[in-house]
Amino acid sequence: MANTSTVDHHDDHHAPTGLKRWLYATNHKDIGTLYLIFACTMFFLGGAMALVIRAELFQPGLQFVDPQFFNSMTTMHALLMIFGAVMPAWTGLANWMIPMQVGAPDMALPRLNNFSFWLLPFAFTLLLLTLFIPGGAPAGGWTLYPPLSLQAGDSFPLTIFAIHLMGISSILGAINVVVTIMNMRAPGMGLLNMPLFCWTWLITAYLLIAVMPVLAGAVTMLLTDHFFGTAFFTAAGGGDPVMFQHIFWFFGHPEVYILILPAFGVVSEIIPTFSRKPLFGYESMVYASASIAFLSFIVWAHHMFTVGMPLAGQLFFMLSTMLIAVPTGVKVFNWCATMWKGSISFETPMLFALAFLFLFTIGGFSGLMLAIVPADFQYHDSYFVVAHFHYVLVPGAVFAIMAGVYYWLPKWSGRMYSEKLGKLHFWLSTIGVNILFFPQHFLGLAGMPRRIPDYSTQFADWNMVSSIGAFVFGFSQLLFVYVIWQAVRSGEKAPARPWEGATGLDWELPTPAPYHSWDPPPTREVVAKGVAQQH
Amino acid sequence: MTYVYRSIALLLALTVVASPLTAHAEWGDLNMPVGVTELSKEIHSLHMTIFWWCVAIGVFVFGWMIWSLVAFRKSQGAEPDVTMTHSTKAEIIWTVIPVVILVIMAIPAARTLIAIEDTRDTELSIKVTGYQWKWHYDYLGKDVKFFSKLDRTSDETRQLNSGLDPHAVPDYLLNVDNPLVVPEDTKVRVLLTAQDVIHAWWVPQFGMKKDAIPGTVNEIWFKVDAGKTGVYRGQCAELCGRDHGFMPIVVKVVSKQEFATWLAAQQTGATPTVASREPAPSPRG
Amino acid sequence: MLLRLLGVAGGAFAFGFALVPLYDVLCDITGIGNSKDLLRPTSITAVNTPSADPDRRVMVEFVAELPTVGSWEFSPVVYEMAVQPGKLYEVDYVARNLTGRDTVAQAIPNIAPGKATAFFRKTECFCFTPQHFAQNEERVMPVRFVVDPALPSHIDRVTLSYTFYDNSTRVAAIED
Repeated sequence: MANTSTVDHHDDHHAPTGLKRWLYATNHKDIGTLYLIFACTMFFLGGAMALVIRAELFQPGLQFVDPQFFNSMTTMHALLMIFGAVMPAWTGLANWMIPMQVGAPDMALPRLNNFSFWLLPFAFTLLLLTLFIPGGAPAGGWTLYPPLSLQAGDSFPLTIFAIHLMGISSILGAINVVVTIMNMRAPGMGLLNMPLFCWTWLITAYLLIAVMPVLAGAVTMLLTDHFFGTAFFTAAGGGDPVMFQHIFWFFGHPEVYILILPAFGVVSEIIPTFSRKPLFGYESMVYASASIAFLSFIVWAHHMFTVGMPLAGQLFFMLSTMLIAVPTGVKVFNWCATMWKGSISFETPMLFALAFLFLFTIGGFSGLMLAIVPADFQYHDSYFVVAHFHYVLVPGAVFAIMAGVYYWLPKWSGRMYSEKLGKLHFWLSTIGVNILFFPQHFLGLAGMPRRIPDYSTQFADWNMVSSIGAFVFGFSQLLFVYVIWQAVRSGEKAPARPWEGATGLDWELPTPAPYHSWDPPPTREVVAKGVAQQH
Repeated sequence: MTYVYRSIALLLALTVVASPLTAHAEWGDLNMPVGVTELSKEIHSLHMTIFWWCVAIGVFVFGWMIWSLVAFRKSQGAEPDVTMTHSTKAEIIWTVIPVVILVIMAIPAARTLIAIEDTRDTELSIKVTGYQWKWHYDYLGKDVKFFSKLDRTSDETRQLNSGLDPHAVPDYLLNVDNPLVVPEDTKVRVLLTAQDVIHAWWVPQFGMKKDAIPGTVNEIWFKVDAGKTGVYRGQCAELCGRDHGFMPIVVKVVSKQEFATWLAAQQTGATPTVASREPAPSPRG
Repeated sequence: MLLRLLGVAGGAFAFGFALVPLYDVLCDITGIGNSKDLLRPTSITAVNTPSADPDRRVMVEFVAELPTVGSWEFSPVVYEMAVQPGKLYEVDYVARNLTGRDTVAQAIPNIAPGKATAFFRKTECFCFTPQHFAQNEERVMPVRFVVDPALPSHIDRVTLSYTFYDNSTRVAAIED
C-alpha cells in the first residue's frame, strides 16, 4: 500500500507537500493511504507476535518465552489485529472508496477524518509501550475479563486509555462514513443504488457508533474498580465478574460483524466483476446485511455459555445464534448464484474473493457447531474456537482486505501489479492459512485448551504442522508488500477500467483517480450509467 | 504458474519431512472423545450429528461453487447471462430450507440441555475451588479435602529451557500430585467456585466444562459408566494468569468399594467436625 | 447530523453503564435469580406459607469460602439439612478473625443452582450487614431461612454458599 498516493499529484494544486501533506491531511485518499499503511504496519507487528506464539508452540516444552510473556503475546496479538489492523484497514478502504463510489469529491468531514486517523498512532504507541514497562504488557486476554485483568500492573491504565483512544477514533471514523453516505451522494445515486461496499460500511458504521461506547463504558468501569474503589465487577463489594462478560460481549459480538460486514461488501463487488454478471439478489444482500447486524445484538451470550446460565437463557442464545446462519446463508447462496452462468476469470482479486467464499463458509460451519450449547460445553475455550474465529477473520476479513487492495490498486495508483506475483502470494497465503488453522480444529476437539504456552505431548504433531503453516503464511505476506511496492514504483500503466466486468461510479473515474474524486460532481447520465451496470 | 506449483510442492514436502520428527505420533487424535459418561456420549453424538449436517450442506454449497467455477470459465468461452439478477422464488427457498435444518438441529440440542440441567438424585457432592494455579477438592460432609497441583516431574520439565525432554515425562502437563477420586456409576455433583480469578474445570472425557467464578457457585454433574474405571485427564479452560497452562485436572475413577476404602483412609486421623443435624437426611433416591 | 450521531454515541456510552442496574432487573424478571436479593431480608410473614406437600424434603448444603488463606476461619456448623419447604430453619456459621487486627468482613451469599435463588428466603443473616470483628474474636452467626414451596420440583438439592471477604474499604463502600 506504500505511497500509493504519491503518484496522483497531477490534480493536486493547493495541498501541502512532504511531511505536512500527511500530518495535515484532509484529503480522503491521503487519509485512506495513511490508514492502510498503519493497518499494514500493525498487521506485521501483530503477525510477529503470532509467530512468537507459534514458535513457542512448535514443540512441547518452553523454549523461547516465559508463560507471562506468552500471555502478553496472545493479548497484544488480538488487540493489534482487531483494533490496529483489520478495523483501520476497513476505514482506509472506506476513505478511499466511499467518495468515489457515491460520487462525492471527498469525505463529508475532512478535519475530523484527520483527527480520527492521528489518534491511532498515539493509541497504539501507548499500547505497545506497555511491552517495555515493569510488569509487562497486559496478559489477561484481549477480552479483559476481571478479576484477572485487574491483576495487571502498570500496563493497566495505559491499556484502558489506549482502548479509549481507539474507540474514539473508530466512532469518529464511523460518523464520517454515515454523514458522507447520507449527505454527499451525487444526484441520482439513491441509497438502493449504492455499491454493496457502501451499504455494508453504512451498517458497520451504525454498529460502531452503537457499541464502541459500550466497550468504553465497560473498560471505564474496570478502571474505576481498579483505582477508585468501585465494585462493579468485584464480588467482595457486591459486584459480579460475570456482568463484565455480558457488557463486554454486548460490544464484542457486534464487533465481530464490524470486522466482517465490509468484507461481505468487497466480495460482493469483486465476484460480479470477475463473473461479468450483475450481483444476484442485490436487495436481499442489503436486507441480509441489515438482519445480521440486528441479530448481532441479541446473541452475545453465546461467547459465555459456560458461566452458568439458566436453561431459558441458553436456549434463547442458542436459537438466536443459529438464526444468524440464515441471512449469512442467503449471502453465500447469492454469491454462488452470481457466479452461475457467468463468465469467470481468475485474476488475483477474484482468487482472494473465492478463497474468502470457501474458507469463510468453513468458519461458518464451525460457528454453527459452536452455537449448539451442549456441544459448546466441549468446544468452549479450546483450540476449536481458535480455529473457528481465525477462519472467519484471516481467510475471511483479511483475505477480503487483500482482495480489495488488489482490486482497486490500479484505480488508486494508475499502475498494475504483477499478476504472476499476485497469484504466487495468493497460493502461498491460502495454502499456508489452511495448514495453519485447519489442524487447530483437531487439537481443540482432542482437548487442547486455548491460550496455553505449553501442551501435553499428545498435541505435539498437529501443533508442529500448525506452526509450519504459520511461518509460511506469515512470510508470504512480505511478498504482498513487495507486489504492491513494485506495482506502485514500476508497474505497467493501468487502463481506466482494468477489469472487463468492473461496474459502478468508481470505475467511471479516470485512472489514476483524480485527487478530488468527483469534482465537479458526476452528471446524472454518468451516475445512471454507473448504477445501471450495478443491477 | 510454475512458481505456484513449486511452492505447493515445497510446502507438502515440508509437512511430510516434519512428521517423523515427533516421537509420539498422535495423528489419529482428530475428533472429540466419546467419553465415559452418559452426558459425554450424548454430547458426542450431538456433535457428530451437526458435523454431518455441515458436511452435507458443505457438499451442496462447495459442489455448487466448484461446478460454477469449472463450467462457467471465460477461458472456455462461457458467455455471461446478464439477465439473471434475482429470483424471489430462489431467495425464499434458500431462506426456508436452512430454517428447517436449523430447527431439526435445535431439537436434540434442547433435549440434551434439559438432561444436563437435571441435577436430581446426586449421591456425592464435591466442591472444586480454583486457585492460581491449582485446584482444591472438598468432599462435602466427608471431611476430606486437599489441593491438587501439577506433578513435580512435569513442573521441572516445563521450566523455560529446562533441557528436559517433555516426551520422556509420562502424561506431561496432565499429571497431578493428588488426583480427584470418584466412584464409578455414581451421580457426582461438582460445585465450582474460585478463590482469586475465573478458572474453568474441564475433563473432555466427562463431556462438560464450566467456569469457576469467585463469589459464585456453579454446578455440574457427571456419572461415569459402570466398568469405566480408570484415570481421566483435563485442564483449566479459562485464562487465569501466568500458569494457566499448568493446572491440570486428574480424576481417578474407581469401583464403589475401592472408593469407600480410599475415603475411609483419607478420613483416618481427621476428626469429623462437620456432621449432619436435624432429621436424618431424607433418602435421596 | 454530526451532533446527532455524537449524541447517539454518548447515549450508547451511558447505556453501557445502564446495563449495570438493567442486569439486576433482567435477572429478576427472567427468574435467573438475582443473588443481590440474598443480601436483603424477607419479612417473616411473607415466608410463612405452609407447604402443599408435607412430605417433600429438599436437601440444603452449606458451604463456606475464604478468599484469603490463613487470616480467617469460617465454616458452617452443619454441612447439610433436610428441609421442609415453607418451614423456617436456623443454621449457624462460625467465623474467627485471625488477621491480627480489628476488622470488618462482609459475607457474599450465592445459591446453586442459580434457579433456586428466587426461592430461597432469609429472614435473618449475617450477610445483611458487614460484620465487625475484634482481634481474635470468634463468633457464631445465625442464618434463618425458608425454602419457598414453589421451588420447582426438579430441584432436590440447594447449596447456600458464603464467601467471606475481609476488606474494610470495600465494605465501607457498600455500607453507605
